Amino acid sequence: MTITVIAIALALPAGLSQGLDRIQHWAGSWHGQATQLSLFLRPEGTDAQAAELASTLVQRDDVAETSVITRAQALAELRRNGDFEAALGVLEDNPLPPVVVVTPTPTEAGALTRLQAALGEYAGVDTVTLDREWLRRLEALLSVGGRLAALAAVLLGLAVVAIVGNTIRLEIQNRRAEIELHKLLGATDAYVRRPFLYLGGLYGLAGGIAALALLWLGGLYLQPAVSELSHLYGTAGGTPDRQMHPPALGVLGGGVLLGLAGAWLSVRHHLRQIEPT
Amino acid sequence: MQGGPLVRFEGVSKRYGGDEAIREISFELARGELAFLTGHSGAGKSTVLRLLALLERPTRGRLIVDGEALERLPARAVPLYRRKVGLIFQDHKLLPDRNVYENIALPLRIAGLPEADIGRRIRPALDQVGLLHKERALPETLSGGEQQRVGIARAIVSRPPLLLADEPTGNLDPALSAEIMRLFKRLREAGSTVLIASHDLSLIQHMGERMLVLNHGRLQA
Repeated sequence: MTITVIAIALALPAGLSQGLDRIQHWAGSWHGQATQLSLFLRPEGTDAQAAELASTLVQRDDVAETSVITRAQALAELRRNGDFEAALGVLEDNPLPPVVVVTPTPTEAGALTRLQAALGEYAGVDTVTLDREWLRRLEALLSVGGRLAALAAVLLGLAVVAIVGNTIRLEIQNRRAEIELHKLLGATDAYVRRPFLYLGGLYGLAGGIAALALLWLGGLYLQPAVSELSHLYGTAGGTPDRQMHPPALGVLGGGVLLGLAGAWLSVRHHLRQIEPT
Repeated sequence: MQGGPLVRFEGVSKRYGGDEAIREISFELARGELAFLTGHSGAGKSTVLRLLALLERPTRGRLIVDGEALERLPARAVPLYRRKVGLIFQDHKLLPDRNVYENIALPLRIAGLPEADIGRRIRPALDQVGLLHKERALPETLSGGEQQRVGIARAIVSRPPLLLADEPTGNLDPALSAEIMRLFKRLREAGSTVLIASHDLSLIQHMGERMLVLNHGRLQA
């Protein structure tokens, strides 16, 4: 019973942080591909100007690639998107400017912001948008998730300490006569304490092993879905599978330390109350 | 080891709340002496033993055992002191889930003796109480007299200078009681200092040993 509860309390934060790591890993690999800057030319700009600008920009060190969305392409795309059909029919001219899409070399936020400003200086450019907002939101969400996982780890860690402490308290009560006898026979406090500390550590270790089993089972259950997701996002290759293995040493070591802490607190409090009479 | 008496009470009083359990008690026990502590129920026998086992401290007076003044002994020195005192209880206080050997080994393990020495010490102790063949038995399979002898073996196995017995024959019939008392005499002959609290006057008057009689907390001359 105690071991099951410890196992769950250890497995939950470990599994959660593992999942977050995985998502962060994906987010990181999207980062480079997903960031684009769109340069909207002034309304009077022509497709030819856009093509010329694109070939100028591609020579910059911080620009990896450029492409042009012509006025006609932009209009066609807008039509495809549906509801604008009727409204567009009313218009005589194509109101859309050509767009130069720039894939930047740097992916780090400061550099991107500087590039955005620099691109805005080119003649004929009206506005430059950085298509990165969604990624920032994802990162903010991940950071909230990370904090929640840390909070859960702390709270569940405290729960493990409390559970082990309570189990040790019951054990001390059950062995009260034995403890009194040991003290009568000249046992030091350290001597009396030791077996209970070992017991707490053992509970933690057993809970840690059970937690690893839970994580392993959870991993088996999630693996097909995760592979599918990886495949869809094109990050299947490279590192991923190693990351699905739980941080075994951390879970075991954490279990032992928390078990010892619970036992120590309990022993410190309850053994003092037992004196032979 | 030193030459003087092993135990010396100098005007020792012990007060619980408003009641004085013992008053101004003074006596000595020489090394190798056997004495009975007797008196009516509530006369203070247990208090004297509790003071000697350091379960209590004197309210007044001096109490010296083996050269150490117990009223001044710091708390951290209590475990080491208790290892010099062999305690024998009326209810034996054997651990029911451990066999005779493990029960007797307890004080030696507490004292941190190596396993090989523990084995070497237990057999002579069992031999002294006549239970060599019961080494592997669990306490509940033994008779009351045998259990008490296991308790005595546990008290003597670490060869403490002082043996204290609190009503050791309280639960035994007269024949077994006499047998236990003869065992204490043999232990005295082996060099132990023994103090036995007992209210069984008919038994101890036949023993021809020193008697300390307590009456309402005072020692009778």
